Amino acid sequence: MALQIDLDLCTGCGACVAVCPFCALTQRPSDGKVEVNEACTACGACIEVCPVGALSLPEPTSPAAAGQSETHRGLWVFAEQRGGQLQDVTFELLGKGGELARELGVEVGAVLLGHQVDACVGPLFEHGADVVYVVDHPALAAYTAEPYAEAMSALIKKHRPEIVLAGATSIGRSFIARVAIEATAGLTADCTELAVDPENRCLIQTRPAFGGNILAAILCPNHRPQMATVRPKVFPQPAPVEGRTGRRVDEQVELKDPVVRVLETVDAMQHEVNVAGAEFIVAGGRGVGGPEQFKLLAELAEALGGAAVGASRAAVDAGWISSFHQVGQTGKTVRPKVYIACGISGQIQHLVGMNSSDTIIAINKDPDAPIFEVADIGIVGDLFVVVPELVKALRKAQ
Amino acid sequence: MHIVVCVKQVPNTTQVRIHPETHTLVRDGVESVMNPFDENALEMALQLKESHPDTVITVLTMGPSQAEAVLREAVGRGADKVMLLSDKALAGSDTWATSYALSQAIRTMSPRPDLVLFGKQAIDGDTAQVGPSVATWLALPCITCAFGLEVADGRAKVKRSFEDGYEILEVALPCALTVVKEANVPRMASLRGKMAAKKLVIEPTTAEMIGADPANIGLLASPTRVVSILSPPARSSGVKWQGEEPADMARKLVEELRQRKLI
Ligand SMILES: Cc1cc2nc3c(=O)[nH]c(=O)nc-3n(C[C@H](O)[C@H](O)[C@H](O)COP(=O)(O)OP(=O)(O)OC[C@H]3O[C@@H](n4cnc5c(N)ncnc54)[C@H](O)[C@@H]3O)c2cc1C
Ligand SMILES: Nc1ncnc2c1ncn2[C@@H]1O[C@H](COP(=O)(O)O)[C@@H](O)[C@H]1O
Repeated sequence: MALQIDLDLCTGCGACVAVCPFCALTQRPSDGKVEVNEACTACGACIEVCPVGALSLPEPTSPAAAGQSETHRGLWVFAEQRGGQLQDVTFELLGKGGELARELGVEVGAVLLGHQVDACVGPLFEHGADVVYVVDHPALAAYTAEPYAEAMSALIKKHRPEIVLAGATSIGRSFIARVAIEATAGLTADCTELAVDPENRCLIQTRPAFGGNILAAILCPNHRPQMATVRPKVFPQPAPVEGRTGRRVDEQVELKDPVVRVLETVDAMQHEVNVAGAEFIVAGGRGVGGPEQFKLLAELAEALGGAAVGASRAAVDAGWISSFHQVGQTGKTVRPKVYIACGISGQIQHLVGMNSSDTIIAINKDPDAPIFEVADIGIVGDLFVVVPELVKALRKAQ
Repeated sequence: MHIVVCVKQVPNTTQVRIHPETHTLVRDGVESVMNPFDENALEMALQLKESHPDTVITVLTMGPSQAEAVLREAVGRGADKVMLLSDKALAGSDTWATSYALSQAIRTMSPRPDLVLFGKQAIDGDTAQVGPSVATWLALPCITCAFGLEVADGRAKVKRSFEDGYEILEVALPCALTVVKEANVPRMASLRGKMAAKKLVIEPTTAEMIGADPANIGLLASPTRVVSILSPPARSSGVKWQGEEPADMARKLVEELRQRKLI
């Protein structure tokens, strides 16, 4: 067992039992001293609260990884493109990555994988990349995880970056886990905050867990690179510096033929505004009551000049609107200027997806709904009355 | 066909709360359940078995001894075999070490699986990393966020969900998939299944039995370390309008948005 308990020091106060997120600590009936069971994940939450220092964790050291913090340098961002279109999260990461790299005194590299994607190189420099590594290969033309992982792993092996960041998107999350295994690297998923400690060059990664109920700070003390996926929309996009340029490095990498074949791509959101990038979102929950009633929200969206329509999971699960609209822990993370929640109670799993919106407006008939705790403007009322009034008022204002 | 489904026992996170004063997790009465996405993965296997009756489904979980509950649940729904990988030496494993252990467990199975199914992500950690990582250890291709599986002539055709649409992909077996909620509606355990589950004797499998390299498992082999647990910063609330005429509140809101230069 990893957690060490010094039974001579333990006073049986039970403080650690109360904080353990995993119910891994129990008190012996005989003397109240603490025992640990297999549910322990060595998270360390108990160590901090022990008043007598009876709990400790051994420092993990991996012989294979020893000294890697000396041999690896530089911060990389995976430049995600789809159909030759760079994704916003790439720019967000170049912005944040730039800050961290300056603290560490290293360059920011962007890794661009694809086929005939030269047009993407310029914008990467303009958004802060000092170096752009390009792997142009027919096997990378359509995205599949295996050749993307192979290419990224080959570059990491050759250039030994100390930090590798990718967007926590369906592409980023699907291939970077393969890279982490091949590189024997720690990988922290879906981070919402990043910082570095210039002293030991550790990346301090913060991410929600347990459905957003807690935040965990995670380090990879001994392994390099330190890898993380980062939620879209948690960092702002840096303004591009026109004409800014840097070093382009073309890499020849031998890749196997893709084993997964893409037969067809279906764009399911063709005629709708995608919530992920929208500046205005009108979202509906169980209170909306049915698919027909969602038209009311679409009307409000239109009156706002083309807002996107979002939804809680309850509305999606009920089949009132497709899952592409879902906001929250298992849906999308959004950061619009204005988020209008209609008939949404505001459970933590919904809040983690939208609580960094600039302005939150809630319309709910229950004055005690938790959504009001995060709303800048809360309207207690029936959405079927308030929303049409709002549409009227907006139209009049134009 | 041999299908391995990896399932995890998780706390029902809707019930986990941070205590407003003590900032500790309040988990009184929080029940453990089968990870919801793993239910979809299991259902995908069960449906495949209906069209390919020669199929054997093995359910694999790694966790403390009480995790056997999810294996019984799976057998109740129609799984054929189970493996409970449980060993103190595995405690503290992060996704790197967990995926190594699961891959070693799968290596010991005979015949080797044609399909290895995972949930899209586990709702406690939400990493979505274990599926593709196990596949990497096993040198299998992996399609994430999958639904709509069809298997014929040793090939799988599957849909893969994206932020704004989906793709139709094809791959030769063996392969790994991580399954999304849209894939299906999980069934309940049948009466006959429940009887079988009750009778089931589950002997834990140890790290040694799967030939796991001690250097690759548990806390010491895990590159990532959780160093602290915090409660999320609270966003403070603003104004709340109550008991006024809806039309007045609507007008006030438009005025507010104007003043804040949002419209
Ligand atoms: C693993 C996991 C992941 C999850 N992921 C997500 C996620 O990504 N996104 C998400 O949203 N949820 C998610 N959830 C679900 C979440 O816990 C809640 O169940 C869900 O957000 C509730 O949706 P709701 O607010 O629409 O419904 P409810 O909680 O039922 O709230 C409906 C609200 O509408 C109000 N109302 C009813 N009628 C009216 C009316 N006429 N006018 C005004 N107000 C009215 C009610 O007062 C109530 O507050 C997840 C849960 C789990 C376990
Ligand atoms: N301890 C475990 N035992 C069995 N399967 C697991 C375990 N941890 C994760 N998985 C599988 O991997 C998927 C993704 O988990 P995660 O990467 O933790 O989000 C889950 O849906 C399960 O199918």
